[in-house]
Amino acid sequence: MIHISVYYFGAISLILIGLYAVLVKKNVLKMLIGLSIMETGVNLLLISVGYISGRSAPILSEGVTPGRAVDPIPQALVLTAIVIGVATTAMALSVAIILYEKYNTLNVEEMRRLRG
Amino acid sequence: MVSLLKRSLAIITLLIIGYWVAQAFAGVPFGQDKMLVGKYYLENVVNQTGSVNAVTAVVVNYRGFDTLGEVTVLFIASTGVGALLWRRKKERTARTEGSIVLKTGTRYLFPFILVFGAYIFIHGHLTPGGGFPGGATIATGFLLLYMAFIVYEIPHKSFEVTEGLVGMSYVIVGLIGLAIGGYFLYDWIWQTWHVGTTNIGRLLSGGFIPVIYTIIGLKVGTELSGIIDNMLKEEVRE
Repeated sequence: MIHISVYYFGAISLILIGLYAVLVKKNVLKMLIGLSIMETGVNLLLISVGYISGRSAPILSEGVTPGRAVDPIPQALVLTAIVIGVATTAMALSVAIILYEKYNTLNVEEMRRLRG
Repeated sequence: MVSLLKRSLAIITLLIIGYWVAQAFAGVPFGQDKMLVGKYYLENVVNQTGSVNAVTAVVVNYRGFDTLGEVTVLFIASTGVGALLWRRKKERTARTEGSIVLKTGTRYLFPFILVFGAYIFIHGHLTPGGGFPGGATIATGFLLLYMAFIVYEIPHKSFEVTEGLVGMSYVIVGLIGLAIGGYFLYDWIWQTWHVGTTNIGRLLSGGFIPVIYTIIGLKVGTELSGIIDNMLKEEVRE
């Protein structure tokens, strides 16, 4: 058995739940929701790697010295990842709009030339 | 039967992937101090950038070039949405107006949402937040207007001009740094002019972080509003 922190466990479970939706669901919108859940899981995983017990946010004011702040780099990475996530979700949604206009369905199995 | 097989296959795959990732993270202790570069940033952030918020200093100052790339990705995504949903003639086709609660609420809240978004991106070097959340807040205000009123459209001309101008001014701020300090996105306001050295922790400090974050906030706000506009309008056949 492997022992991991409950925070890692939760974040990895979120990633797996999202991946399950992407693999199994047939509705394009549900697949995109799965992608968003995966993204949230990855962000949580990164943030929890940077956490240090008992320390506060890396804003060095009101008594927070460099020795009492958590790692700022994962937070900066996640800030980037959230914005890119929003942009790619918007792109994917517009592709879904086009698919619906063309095939009149959001079910991937009913779309022609895209069986799987 | 096929779907049951597919489902169980997916679950087995997921369990294998999950075990593999969990095993990788078993070697990463939770809640312990394992900073290497982060320590350097935390110890030097106030002297080198004048910002008390280490996260925004990393995003805008230490890794400002990355952020320029990120803004470019956002720009490409919004252009992509515009290109994918391009039609010869597009109009608002919503038929039902928002309820009286939504309409009245939007009318009164809209200016405050804009002010709050501006507050978030101007105080990026002091409080959590910055240009990206601030811009998203501003776009939320425009989304509310689209939801509440069936004829509303954003002022396209001025939004496009603003978007282009602020995108250009990011590069210009970087090029001024290149001319003064010798490398692209050199923090000339802080390191050459020493603006706000006695003012750390207040609004007028942080070198070019508030300037760049204002630029990013305006860019993100206009771009996300443009995406909303593209997605909500539909083709009209004559």
